[in-house]
Amino acid sequence: MKFSVYRYNPETDSEPYMQTFEIEHRQGMMVRDALLAIQEQDESFTFRHSCGEGVCGSDGVNVNGSNKLACITPLTELKEPVEVRPFPGRPVIRDLVVDMSQFYAQYKQVDPWLQRKEPLPEQEILQTPEERDQLDGLYECIMCGCCSTACPSFWWNPDKFLGPQALLSACRFLADSRDQAGEERLDKLEGPYKLFRCHTIMSCVEACPKGLNPTKAIGHIKAIMLKEAI
Amino acid sequence: MALEKQRFDTLILGAGGAGLNAALQLANANLKVAVVSKVFPTRSHTVAAQGGVNAALANVLPDNWHWHMFDTVKGSDYLGDQDAIEYMCREAIPTVYELEHNGVPFSRLANGKIYQRAFGGQSQDFGGEQAARTCAAADRTGHAILHTLYQQNIRAKTHFYDEFFAVDLIKDDEGIILGALVLNIATGEPLLIESKTTLLATGGCGQVFRTTSNAHINTGDGMAMVLRADLPLMDMEFFQFHPTGIAGKGMLITEGVRGEGGYLINKDGDRFMEKYAPNAKDLASRDVVARSIVTEVRDGHGCGPEADHVMLKVNHLNEDVIAKRLPGIRESAKIFAGVDPVKDPIPVFPTAHYVMGGIPTDRFGRVMPTADDDGESLPGLYAAGECACASVHGANRLGGNSLLDILVFGRLAGHNIIDYVKENKAHRPLNEASVEASMARLDRWDAKGEGMTVSQLRNEFRKTMEDHAGVFRVEDMMAEGVEKVKKIREKLNDVRLSDHTRTFNTNRTEALELENLIDVGLAIAVSALHRKESRGAHSRPDYPKRDDANWMKHTLYWRESDKLDYKGVRVQPLTVESFPPKERVY
Repeated sequence: MKFSVYRYNPETDSEPYMQTFEIEHRQGMMVRDALLAIQEQDESFTFRHSCGEGVCGSDGVNVNGSNKLACITPLTELKEPVEVRPFPGRPVIRDLVVDMSQFYAQYKQVDPWLQRKEPLPEQEILQTPEERDQLDGLYECIMCGCCSTACPSFWWNPDKFLGPQALLSACRFLADSRDQAGEERLDKLEGPYKLFRCHTIMSCVEACPKGLNPTKAIGHIKAIMLKEAI
Repeated sequence: MALEKQRFDTLILGAGGAGLNAALQLANANLKVAVVSKVFPTRSHTVAAQGGVNAALANVLPDNWHWHMFDTVKGSDYLGDQDAIEYMCREAIPTVYELEHNGVPFSRLANGKIYQRAFGGQSQDFGGEQAARTCAAADRTGHAILHTLYQQNIRAKTHFYDEFFAVDLIKDDEGIILGALVLNIATGEPLLIESKTTLLATGGCGQVFRTTSNAHINTGDGMAMVLRADLPLMDMEFFQFHPTGIAGKGMLITEGVRGEGGYLINKDGDRFMEKYAPNAKDLASRDVVARSIVTEVRDGHGCGPEADHVMLKVNHLNEDVIAKRLPGIRESAKIFAGVDPVKDPIPVFPTAHYVMGGIPTDRFGRVMPTADDDGESLPGLYAAGECACASVHGANRLGGNSLLDILVFGRLAGHNIIDYVKENKAHRPLNEASVEASMARLDRWDAKGEGMTVSQLRNEFRKTMEDHAGVFRVEDMMAEGVEKVKKIREKLNDVRLSDHTRTFNTNRTEALELENLIDVGLAIAVSALHRKESRGAHSRPDYPKRDDANWMKHTLYWRESDKLDYKGVRVQPLTVESFPPKERVY
């Protein structure tokens, strides 16, 4: 099977280039397996990966134009030559490895931790199964970055728009019956950019390897804001 | 260029559950703490834990910590230290409540309390009816916990060194650890971190085996650093093979599947666990179930064209149960086994999963450097989580006790470090010779020329470990394995990198990881060869019985001359009667 992969090492290359590799396609292979096979041919080929089962979120890459998690993307669904590039719009450190620091900084901007004002009970804070259901589709995010780096609004205003991942996380805490900082959270999202630069293009929904829906979460935050405003 | 240096009260190596729970205690106490992780924290392997964390909350069925303690002692095949086990089972309860308060999205019961499911080896009333002790966030409990701990550490402003690789511990002539040399992966530049206290929380070493549920990063780095610092590893022969990895691939299918009512069948559709564990059946302890599967396959009852696996049947369960309680498993089975468990059974076979052994510590997380039963801990050095051995799992770990171990002992190590730093305010003088030795380890990989590649030697090593130190172990096979691994250790000298650039050079970090793997692999192989009995996960067809008279003791392994020594099991709990060894049946 033919692969064309993005190569760039700032120490040795004046500019990036695409390199072709041929690998043996065995049954059940994922893109990560193919990248590992390429690495066996050329030790200098670099990409992040770890768990191999789609939970650690290390190996987000751009495959044939779409952001994917390499370890859970089967080769069988891909057109040849398979083009593998780093996430779009992020500074490349080397080959498929990009600098994700801005993405992480945006996550931190939404104060992504549970906040309580009342004193804590001795046992668990009670939550009904229905209240807990509100977190489904929000808490499962693995922070791989497939969504934010597929978002045109994020490309245009990465310094001002928080991007789908951070906003999904904001929604996760707004939706948690145990959290008591809803107002502050909403206040922090005010203004024309942080939240409202989402133009519901929905690239994030298509890109999410865990089947989550950041656009819906963003819509949900907007709806809460509207309700609070009335 | 001069080596860059930074100073902290505490250095934590590893950002999984143990490292992050320790860091949180320390940051909350306003200590200057650095967390070094070779991956971004939420990529740590705690994220992959599925089933849950044990605590006797009694939310579903009657329970108390003393029953939990009995199950853990029995599960350990009486090799666990009963003071540490009592402590862990008591602390489980406040630890889980603290996690919940920190925001972990546990699944819930109708009354609003945390959902708990049945797991293997759990009983009520000291060996009676099945208990339900495993607190779960669907089948993504590790993910829920790791992300929550990372979030709380953001709040507490913990200082993270993300994507820094720990090369070696730095120590002075008295053997006191002064910090560590670490490598900035992105730039390839070394950094010296000096610390008053150091906590090893580097996780497991499942990558020593070819087929494993463990991630690429689980290379036993902290364990190998300890070996190179002339400190021992304990009970390394005890390696858990999880019964249900996806056949041929190794990804984990949680025990929670059986806890929710799934069961194993052979090619004839027989529910074979009824034969091996008449009472607990599919929820017998992991070592028992793994051996039963291997035995079924060896006896010709395996499924598939190669008759090399068994099936995990789930499709009799309600689709709602699967969607609600096992959504991640359904997704994994579809992706990696090509089956939808709602319709078809999942092909499974044991997969290397968890090392019970590790860096010997007392129940405060302090590293114990000698085989002396009343020996003193090494001041300022701590270990917690899978890299450590407290020893709460003994010869076999129960499902749901691993998340518990990392959280309880990570938290506790944090508290003890706070006390230590109060009394030891100054940094000790740096030992340049130790720094130079660590730098030499890095520089060695600048050697150019022809040689084996890292991946060639790694493949040979992992296959050797699988063939010679797997589920069943006999003398000749293991002795041959030890010799082979010793040769592989020598072959490390012939390995050369083809890439000598500095920027994000994974070729170099993987070479350092391979050195670690081989050191840890040899600890496993040598310790296993010498234990002439069957206990827990260490199963010797040539010595099929547990031998309490001669072998109820912990193995200690030192890298220097592959030396072994032994020390007694701590059978005296803290406040309750000791559980004397009994035959272990399920």
